[in-house]
Amino acid sequence: MELNLPIYLDNNATTPMDPRVLEAMLPYFVEKFGNAASRNHSFGWVAEEAVDYAREQVAKLINADAKEVIFTSGATEANNLAIKGVFEMYASKGNHIITATTEHKAVLDACKHVEKMGGQVTYLEVQPDGLIDLQQLESAITDKTILIAIMYGNNEIGVIQPVKEISAIARKHGVLFFTDATQAVGKVPVDVLADGIDLMSFSGHKMYGPKGVGVLYVRRKNPRVKVTAQMDGGGHERGMRSGTLNVTGIVGLGKACELCMNEMADEAERLSAMRDKLEKALLQIEEAYVNGNTDHRLPHTANISFKYVEGEGLMMGFNKNIALSSGSACTSASLEPSYVLKALGLGDDLAHSSLRFGLGRFTTEDQIDFTIDAITTTVLKLREMSPLWEMYKEGVDIDAIEWAHH
Amino acid sequence: MAYSDKVIDHYSNPKNVGTLDKSKSNVGTGLVGAPECGDVMRLQIEVDEESGLISDAKFKTFGCGSAIASSSLATEWLKGKTVDQALAIDNMDIVEELNLPPVKIHCSVLAEDAIKAAINDYRVKNGLTELAEVTAH
Repeated sequence: MELNLPIYLDNNATTPMDPRVLEAMLPYFVEKFGNAASRNHSFGWVAEEAVDYAREQVAKLINADAKEVIFTSGATEANNLAIKGVFEMYASKGNHIITATTEHKAVLDACKHVEKMGGQVTYLEVQPDGLIDLQQLESAITDKTILIAIMYGNNEIGVIQPVKEISAIARKHGVLFFTDATQAVGKVPVDVLADGIDLMSFSGHKMYGPKGVGVLYVRRKNPRVKVTAQMDGGGHERGMRSGTLNVTGIVGLGKACELCMNEMADEAERLSAMRDKLEKALLQIEEAYVNGNTDHRLPHTANISFKYVEGEGLMMGFNKNIALSSGSACTSASLEPSYVLKALGLGDDLAHSSLRFGLGRFTTEDQIDFTIDAITTTVLKLREMSPLWEMYKEGVDIDAIEWAHH
Repeated sequence: MAYSDKVIDHYSNPKNVGTLDKSKSNVGTGLVGAPECGDVMRLQIEVDEESGLISDAKFKTFGCGSAIASSSLATEWLKGKTVDQALAIDNMDIVEELNLPPVKIHCSVLAEDAIKAAINDYRVKNGLTELAEVTAH
């Protein structure tokens, strides 16, 4: 088989849509264009039926009831709805939310918003492997705590949090548990009942579905959870999210969920084998380190630091042929490295030297072989060019040097 | 962000990567930047004592493609110049030559700083006064 270039290894940013998803969506653009809220004619009924079917497909994947699925424009909106919606709905009960420093920006910024509205937020530090400390979590709970917001699997390092243990703590203290499962749903088994999840967000475009559609799961029983709508209008989605339903997107998301349901187990096995091969080969390089816990991790993700080479410079060596992401965002004068890696306690130098690999459904073994070669070659080449590598090799203590800061 | 062809060329075929003997009195070494900022440049010049011209220049850079290209270009420009001519190299000349976008201007600033730091080191080694403006950036 011929090697397909360029190679896409940034599936944690977005996944290509599965052609089978597109096929399911196509009739709903032109032919079956109805508004799912039109109750008086067949155009509306056809659209509503398609949405209902998709809702079942989604619910089945996460072991929820179809009525518990609230469609949104994506995970960002779902995160905002969960956090701000719970904050408003449960104002009489308390105003304290607990989250972690490694959450996605959509969660962190929604929490910042809550703080501006008079709420209190605790941002838990994570351990060096990226997992939260359960004791710390429990001791952060006060009589004002209404919500624990901890993600399922991390987008940068792939670390999977102990969701069952977190939900047990939440339950014990009568606090709601919300999880951003954008990277986890469709990749690993996520079961809202077994996992004890009260609210959960995820998105179509991270699981081979379309962009512009996502879900907030809102539990209906034990306990019955409600969120205050953040969008006023026609009262769609049980009043929690107004706005004409994105029928094509929802149909696509439903199909994507069905495919994941059927193929997830095999896919996870295939991807983790390739990921492990990639990781093992790249760790043969001197001074290369994996970031985050490797025992509790999404099957398709790896984050590796190559000390003494800079991430953006490294990517330039192969980004014609390989698309992936760096923990170093060297696009502004401030040169901010990834806050997630820094939260693990990585020095700025290691955080600047990291690459995130996100494998996906269409990744092939020969693409992985090509990637191993290309990255190894580039790291070695850039180290020949790196003054830090030379110093390291000469035994100079780089941390002891007084660097001038711009 | 797309890189200019010139940046890509310097990145792919960097000129004058290497190390000069910093213990020699006619070699000046400049080390600027910081690992936590994602950029460290080391630039060295060797001055021919008879002619007063820079006979050799070498660099090693930890950083993005623009930082590597800026230092590679700087070493090319330094060779054959007098030390005073070298001092006149302005970061905006590098920006122009490499078509650096605004977010990468700091790479050129770093290269100019590295040139000045190398010259300073050379001056101090040879009993000349230190340049005042080197740390101005």
